[in-house]
Amino acid sequence: MFGNLSDRLVDTFKNLRAKGKLSASDIDATLREIRRALLEADVALEVVKSFIEAVRVRALSDEVNKALNPAQQVVQIVNEELVTILGGQQRKLTFAKTGPTVVMLAGLQGSGKTTLAGKLAKWLKGQGQTPMLVAADLQRPNAVNQLQVVGERAGVEVFAPEPGNGQGDPVKVSKDALKYAEKKQFSVVIVDTAGRLGIDEELMQQAKDIRKAVNPDEVLFVIDSMIGQDAVNVAKAFEDGVGITGVVLTKLDGDARGGAALSVSSVTGKPIIFASTGEGLDAFEPFYPDRMASRILDMGDILTLIEQAQKQFDEAEAAKLADKIAKSEFTLEDFLEQMQQLKKMGSMKDLLAKLPGAGQMKNQLANFDEKEIDRTEAIIRSMTPMERQQPRVLNGSRRLRIAKGSGTTVTEVNSLVNRFEQAAKMMKTMAKGAMPQLGGGMPGMPNIGGGYVGGGKSKKNDKKKGSKSGNPAKRAAENAGNPYGNSNSGSSFGL
Amino acid sequence: MGFLFWKKKAKPEDDAAEPAVVAEVVPEPIPEFAPEFTTEAEPESKPDAEPQKVEVVLPKRSFAKGIKSLFTRIKFDPENLDELEDALIQADFGVDAAERIVAEVKSRAKKTGASTETELKNLLAELIAENLDREDRGLNLSSGKLPYVVLVVGVNGVGKTTTIGKLSKYLSESGSKVVIAAADTFRAAAVEQIATWAERANAILVRPKTEGQDPASVAFEGTERAIAEQADVLIIDTAGRLQNKVDLMNELEKIRRVVEKNCEIAEVLLVIDATTGQNGLVQAKAFAEVAKVTGVALTKLDGTAKGGIVYSIQRELGIPVKLVGVGEGITDFAFFEAEEFARGLVS
Repeated sequence: MFGNLSDRLVDTFKNLRAKGKLSASDIDATLREIRRALLEADVALEVVKSFIEAVRVRALSDEVNKALNPAQQVVQIVNEELVTILGGQQRKLTFAKTGPTVVMLAGLQGSGKTTLAGKLAKWLKGQGQTPMLVAADLQRPNAVNQLQVVGERAGVEVFAPEPGNGQGDPVKVSKDALKYAEKKQFSVVIVDTAGRLGIDEELMQQAKDIRKAVNPDEVLFVIDSMIGQDAVNVAKAFEDGVGITGVVLTKLDGDARGGAALSVSSVTGKPIIFASTGEGLDAFEPFYPDRMASRILDMGDILTLIEQAQKQFDEAEAAKLADKIAKSEFTLEDFLEQMQQLKKMGSMKDLLAKLPGAGQMKNQLANFDEKEIDRTEAIIRSMTPMERQQPRVLNGSRRLRIAKGSGTTVTEVNSLVNRFEQAAKMMKTMAKGAMPQLGGGMPGMPNIGGGYVGGGKSKKNDKKKGSKSGNPAKRAAENAGNPYGNSNSGSSFGL
Repeated sequence: MGFLFWKKKAKPEDDAAEPAVVAEVVPEPIPEFAPEFTTEAEPESKPDAEPQKVEVVLPKRSFAKGIKSLFTRIKFDPENLDELEDALIQADFGVDAAERIVAEVKSRAKKTGASTETELKNLLAELIAENLDREDRGLNLSSGKLPYVVLVVGVNGVGKTTTIGKLSKYLSESGSKVVIAAADTFRAAAVEQIATWAERANAILVRPKTEGQDPASVAFEGTERAIAEQADVLIIDTAGRLQNKVDLMNELEKIRRVVEKNCEIAEVLLVIDATTGQNGLVQAKAFAEVAKVTGVALTKLDGTAKGGIVYSIQRELGIPVKLVGVGEGITDFAFFEAEEFARGLVS
């Protein structure tokens, strides 16, 4: 559905190669593509309009025309402008000089305030602070309860004198909380307020009253990254109604482009401080404008990909595997395990699509058969433990039985065994050569239709000692000096 | 599958460009607002004959108060229909749908000579209503195979639990016996939240026995309880999950599978927050694939969002919008009505 922006621009510019200069109409065509991409990413229309104007001015300048690759140059400009709007530099949380720092959370219903309160508390605790949570959402059924559970998980005290469910006065609770925190010397007080609509005057007044009562150092506006065009209305309503000092973007672990980030920053002029990226209380991080820009433009989010990989791959497992390889004990069982680790990262297509330039391989990606991995798994699972440990015992009748057991053909079993043997051989060589890294690929991986990408080719690369990986993801990681790229992990599948 | 009898084949979007339908479209009689369903398990034979069954009288509810005009930020200008595209984009219809609608309005206007603001707005409303209108909009609660199982799914924070609370209240007020299975065993205090709603709605709640119990097993216990209690409807609450989380989506598939051992699943409702942008379509696609979604519940329409994404969801994936949520109160909910929605948008 969404094409990669840079690919689209390359297409737009393709027929212009002959021309030395870009005309205004060429630029217009390009800007239309950019407009569409931004709208598809849910950037608010008015923001898109002013943004496009700003880019137009730069795009018509010499900056673009003198560039060797105008399309790339335009993308670059767009990217820069996005980062600028998103706040450029990372902004840190403001702490009070004396007394407890008060952080108030506000936002729509379901934006993730309560969960975020827990995450923020846990994060602050990790930073050496002593945070306390305040249950001032007395509206939603069992919101107080939820905050208590979250607080317990985060190992943080929760101030909750009222049961909630429509009972109690959140303003009074907040006031009391502050006194309590001062007395008990908590360093940060996080006030979780009820979800409210910007047009609900009564509740907005209440939020204002809470603000007045606790005089917070930060009022964080919590917004769901899946929100669409309404983001501007909502952000404006909260900015006008309560007054906010920063923004937190939640559910960024989904696949929404998160254009809302841009809308909110540009409408309110307030920086995005944190991003919430998962269900666990640790899935919380400072916000990176540059990554967000790439995401909005669908330029491949290599950093997120690497992080995802790091999260899923079990370090200990990887070390164990490396050890096995060194001892030439790599078996089909380990092979299976690796495959399962890989599967945990999600759909292979999604993973591949995160690579920059993935748009150009769209067709191959479409042909990629996710089931191939399942079939390989089925084949290995149809083997006896002995067969998995010592594949050389696999004679014809065993292979036939395995094929039947896994619903595949003998040919498929053969090809898996062959691929595995190759891989094992290669690993042995590598182990002998005492290479510190596994390089870019494990050729034993199942074939991916359409002839993509790292897996097959990387064999060559692996032989060159210490060469750059044949796999763009790993290469990028290496270049970025990311520990993942050249770790000893067994996670390198060349994918 | 009660309403499948009338089910029109979902037209591909391109058909909308066909001139045939045009202006002499007789406004269809406003279809029955609410689903017909029975509390007895016998209407198998003639579901559409004069009802022999115990007809549940359902209060008609309007959700007009929740619908916001398209033209709050961009005024409607009969001279400049291109701006209509912007208005539609701002309502989260998406660029493609907006372009198509504008092209169609233009071509119909040309044919019918419509030029005034009222005429053009009528055209637009008709067009949107036509594309959203479906006969299978009611809940599938008439197959006669009790209990009717309603599985409620969606991403985090869209209002699944609240929707279930409202729906349960509504059903039990209409005389149905409702069991709720609290299969959101993940989120902190989710069970307590649904328990509060269940109490308000006078429904029986099946709780997980231990914290973090496998949601599929809670759902299964729900089916057992519903059968034992001879309940009419079993509603299963599930944890919010983002559609790109493979493991969580697999879990959903498992819930489906396990429930189907005991009961047919009558309805899988995907809850979509009206503020959702273009990701809503991605959500719908993923959930449809895994959970076989049969209908959409559009929530939080009481805010400033217009919920245009449901247009694309229904047009592209053929999933009808069935329910609408318009507030936090237990009665703030209605059955979706295309005409009402379209009229509200252009008002």
